[in-house]
Amino acid sequence: MGGGAGEKPVLIRWEERDGQKVAVRHDGRLAAQLRPIRMEVGVLSNADGSALVEYGGTRVLAAVYGPREAHPRHMALPDRAVIRCRYHMAPFSTAERKTPAPTRREVELSKVIREALEAVVLTELFPRTAIDVYMEVLQSDGGTRTAAITAASLALADAGIAMRDLVAGVAVGKVDGVLVLDIDEIEDNYAEADMPVAMAPNLGRVLLLQLNGVLAHDEFVQAMELARKGIQTIYKLQKEALRRKYVEVVQEGDEQ
Amino acid sequence: MSITPPFQPVVPKLKRYTMETLLSRGVRLDGRKLDEVRKIEIVPSYIERAEGSALVRLGQTVVLAGVKTDIVAPFPDTPNEGVLVVHAEFVPLASPTFEPGPPDENAIELARVIDRSLREIKAVALDQLVLEPGKHVWRLFVDIYVLNHDGNLFDASMLAAMASLLSARLPVAVKTEDGYRVDRGRFTRVVPVNRRVVTVTLAKIAGKLVVDPTYEEEQVADTRMVVAVSDDGRIAGIQKTGMGDLEYREVLSAVAIAVNKASIYHKALEDMVLPYRAKIEEELRTEKTEEAVGGVVELQPAPHREHEEPVEIAEVVDEEGQSGEEGSRE
Repeated sequence: MGGGAGEKPVLIRWEERDGQKVAVRHDGRLAAQLRPIRMEVGVLSNADGSALVEYGGTRVLAAVYGPREAHPRHMALPDRAVIRCRYHMAPFSTAERKTPAPTRREVELSKVIREALEAVVLTELFPRTAIDVYMEVLQSDGGTRTAAITAASLALADAGIAMRDLVAGVAVGKVDGVLVLDIDEIEDNYAEADMPVAMAPNLGRVLLLQLNGVLAHDEFVQAMELARKGIQTIYKLQKEALRRKYVEVVQEGDEQ
Repeated sequence: MSITPPFQPVVPKLKRYTMETLLSRGVRLDGRKLDEVRKIEIVPSYIERAEGSALVRLGQTVVLAGVKTDIVAPFPDTPNEGVLVVHAEFVPLASPTFEPGPPDENAIELARVIDRSLREIKAVALDQLVLEPGKHVWRLFVDIYVLNHDGNLFDASMLAAMASLLSARLPVAVKTEDGYRVDRGRFTRVVPVNRRVVTVTLAKIAGKLVVDPTYEEEQVADTRMVVAVSDDGRIAGIQKTGMGDLEYREVLSAVAIAVNKASIYHKALEDMVLPYRAKIEEELRTEKTEEAVGGVVELQPAPHREHEEPVEIAEVVDEEGQSGEEGSRE
């Protein structure tokens, strides 16, 4: 894919476990295993809603402002809110410094993430307003767009904006012929395919789907199934993260 | 920053009801079946000035693509590969919704999806575009120019990009003191192509998937899926584009339909572009033989070079290294 320079590291080892051949990844994960995931909601005091999401070494901060008055005014739509979305990588988030100016990649990802969110946010409840969703990739280790959309939907929920469902995302890859869940940067550099997927898990709807790379048709079907399972797990973690914040708030209130 | 587009198409929205009623009977507004592709016409080498070009008509949609070349240093991480650049312009004459200015997010997305679909499956043999590893390689620019927008810009642009690459020839590289100069008057070989890739776009309208949507259909569609399929039936890229969602099973059937329907576009390339490619390959072969018979290769100043700065031609044409390598490849 990215075609990393230099020697290709060993990414998949085949080990005997309980009499079965099992593919073990460079970081010890199994093919269908997620990285350690951490989520925290309400991390910024100025934003109406915010969330920090980590998928292994990938760390994304999302903040939501709004619904608020659309600026400039002519941008507002009479029958719904406009969603303004920015996916951006910090200059220090990557191995080589990334220019802070928006790249073509960031323009595209901002678009596909916005389109994914449009499908779940009940924009018709907030006519003539703007909902601003800002995502900053603080550290990049693969799967940044899916971590970003997971964080964005948590931030929207934290802002109290009505949604049909949360959005959870994960990238599936094909590494040395093996389909793997939650691909990281080293794997992505040498992968035959990288497929980010985001879904509204409870509705069973696909909101974001891209495939960079090559898959046979049956591999694609398997990859979708792998993504769906991963997304269900992430969805549970999202609900826990939201509950964690709001349960605490209620308890504090009780003490007073 | 990506912003909900303000353009609210009123007329197509009014037509939505008609469209939905027709779709439930398996017919579309223009009389096509749900999985029917509009008439395809490809004119290879539409622009003679370009190293390769193609004009594609897909129904009323018109897209022109051109290939230009130059010689540059390769990227540090790929010293043994040429460089491929895909760029798309939605020129304002193509649609009332297009405006002058730098490419917007739609044009950037389209160019990037086509770029990935070509790159990941190695459609162009970039490893055969090296003059000196790590120092001088060919760079191919594929510039996509949308001339009339009647929906499905992805498929039309992908066809145009692929057809322009298939009809492209590499000019002679002349060795100079500090590198190479491109002699655009003469050509050595066709651009090496490993695989042919097309995209198949499906729009979801009222729970139905339609192939090759028109502009009106795109305006009322919930969302679209673009699936790149190679000539050996593999999936070379996917992009869900547009607001709205797809059910899980709709994604699977969209991809299945796309893999199936790709053959129509592949056949168009085979029928309308491959004969042209064979013809220019034959021409290049005869020219080369004549030169070999003539003995010394003389440097002819190429025509149409009014903008070029005078270049000191220090060495003879470095055709031998080039064509020698080529011979082993053929």
